Amino acid sequence: MSELTFFIDNKECKAKKGQTITEAARDNGVYIPTLCDYPGIRPAGTCRICTVKVNGRNMAGCTTPVEEGMIVENKTAELEDMRKAIIEMLFVEGNHMCPTCEKSGNCDLQALGYRYTMMVPRFPYLWPSREIDASMPKIVIDKNRCIQCLRCVRGITTADGKHIFGTLHRGDKTRISADPELVAAMTDEQAQKAMDICPVGAILKREVGFKVPMGKRKYDSAPIGSDIEK
Amino acid sequence: MAKKITIEPVTRVEGHGKVTIHMDDKHNVTQARLHIVEFRGFERFVQGRPYWEMPVLVQRLCGICPVSHHLAAAKAVDVIVGAGTGEGLTPTGEKMRRLMHYGQIFQSHALHFFHLVSPDLLLGADADPAIRNVIGVALNFKDLAVQGVMMRKFGQEVILATAGKKIHGTGAIPGGINKNLSAEERDSFLKGADPLNVDKMIAWAQGAVDLFKDYHSKNSEIIDNFSVFPSNHLSLVRKDGAMDLYHGVLRAVDADGKKILNDVDCQDYLKYIGEEVRSWSYMKFPYLKELGKEKGWYTVGPLARLNTADFIPTPLAQKEFEIYKAYTKGKPNNMSMHMHWARLIELLHAGEMIKELVNDPDIMGDNLVTKGTKGREGVGLIEAPRGTLFHHYKINDNDQVVMANLIVSTTNNNEPMNKAVNFVAGKLFTGQSKITEGMMNRVEMAIRAYDPCLSCATHAIGKMPLEVSLVDTNENIIDRMSR
Repeated sequence: MSELTFFIDNKECKAKKGQTITEAARDNGVYIPTLCDYPGIRPAGTCRICTVKVNGRNMAGCTTPVEEGMIVENKTAELEDMRKAIIEMLFVEGNHMCPTCEKSGNCDLQALGYRYTMMVPRFPYLWPSREIDASMPKIVIDKNRCIQCLRCVRGITTADGKHIFGTLHRGDKTRISADPELVAAMTDEQAQKAMDICPVGAILKREVGFKVPMGKRKYDSAPIGSDIEK
Repeated sequence: MAKKITIEPVTRVEGHGKVTIHMDDKHNVTQARLHIVEFRGFERFVQGRPYWEMPVLVQRLCGICPVSHHLAAAKAVDVIVGAGTGEGLTPTGEKMRRLMHYGQIFQSHALHFFHLVSPDLLLGADADPAIRNVIGVALNFKDLAVQGVMMRKFGQEVILATAGKKIHGTGAIPGGINKNLSAEERDSFLKGADPLNVDKMIAWAQGAVDLFKDYHSKNSEIIDNFSVFPSNHLSLVRKDGAMDLYHGVLRAVDADGKKILNDVDCQDYLKYIGEEVRSWSYMKFPYLKELGKEKGWYTVGPLARLNTADFIPTPLAQKEFEIYKAYTKGKPNNMSMHMHWARLIELLHAGEMIKELVNDPDIMGDNLVTKGTKGREGVGLIEAPRGTLFHHYKINDNDQVVMANLIVSTTNNNEPMNKAVNFVAGKLFTGQSKITEGMMNRVEMAIRAYDPCLSCATHAIGKMPLEVSLVDTNENIIDRMSR
């Protein structure tokens, strides 16, 4: 496989052909924040938090393949502020009550809020009226917290490849839903995988709660992205 | 001319409340009330949430004793997951929770005595409000102030080690606990650098009891007669009658010591306890159903607990308990200011319990959670620092809470606090046309004795300025004082 050379913030990086900018950045010790992107599933570019400038143009890093000699801007003040704005928009668009959410400490959105030192969002809270679907045997979907990243839609399938989750409606009315028959047949392992793949606390495996003590959670000891940065 | 005096907000208590005192043309007090003027609504907005969130969610109604709400909710959901009613947990699960709770009792009682009450006792009820506060204590009684701060810190460290966080932790989960005590944590409590070790804490707690006894011996006339009225008393006690602040059966005695609630199961509390709503306060008025709304009100908290318990199961606190009981010749103590004495004996007991639990090998075990046959309803009671705390939840087939009933410690003390306000206001204000700052502070001292956490029953962040208005019956302001 041929190796490509490209540059992120003037740092010379190497990429395998076909790698996206975020994938290649990770391999080169450069952190580009992601939310909808997840290892092992096809990128969708829904959240845009990975936006970088390629040759002066805004591009989603998770869907853009690296090309030879590409010049990528990542950690500029403009991009970092735009990413922070996206995080703030996601917070105000749903009902995110971190203090009582069992995903707290393991939540990518919360971790990004901390990384970008989000204090008070620049946008007004919308306080939408959303429901909790607790009718499924293995999981609960709390739509208050869903950011419509579609990670569950893309990443959770049955053994024969059927998608368990899908979307309803369009635009800002888009909501995650689950196939009643397939979700009813979910195994414990699939339920755990669904909870793990959800970057926020929207998909919860039933009766797990707060089993991991504070101090042992994913982001208790190091900020998100610090495992990538060198 | 008839007058209404308003004290708002009441200071050096947790939360926000106000007092109104109505006086007739001849300067007689006709009515005095403690109003809780804010509304919370937790019972409503937990509806629809999964039951396993309750211990973490509901504790957010308070930043002062969240551990008590955390544990009461956890005890209620223990029943839902079939883990029993307080006695079905694994030894590690139960003992870690107990350790968390006694850490909470220790820090809360230390905070109340040293930060909130000691300015009245050490500096005087009539002292300038500018110095009659914890800063004034720190400037004039440095060693005591340091003890207060460090004792609170020690209690908070115990909470951190058991709940994961000093305020609003997540340690107690349905059916148990999410961590054990590490050897490092245990050693820090047993052998921590001076003064942060349990032996020093017990010594300081004993010193606080001795301090109060000394003060009392020199001011018994004031302390004994400040506010005294007959009351029923209610608390949990261990099945053998011992004081137990984590779990037990419900016992109530009347002002003469006669048992009026005879060690009943907490799960049946609704058979015995009712709640009355009055139009002038957002805080309900609980009462013993058998005695009715008029006569069934009761006191909770340290005073009540030392009136209901037969003994305290730790040696130093038991010794002090005997001295305390001897003062009233074994009869129930109905003197509001003796609440401080009782609270300090509990502080000592909490220190002893922390030592006992930390030394128990079970606390480092690995079997953390137990579950059994699932139910749809659970009740959890605990003796919070301020008194008996009731949590009651019902869930639907989808595990969502459909009913929550919380009777918070301070709510139980609603009527006694009003009685105390009436008692002090009647004694001090009758015949007086001019109010003084010291008179107002004495009304607050009566409330302060109960260590009310109004924020548990309300929803306010307590700024603490004090404004008093003298108004006539047409609400025209005659006089106003503020600080």
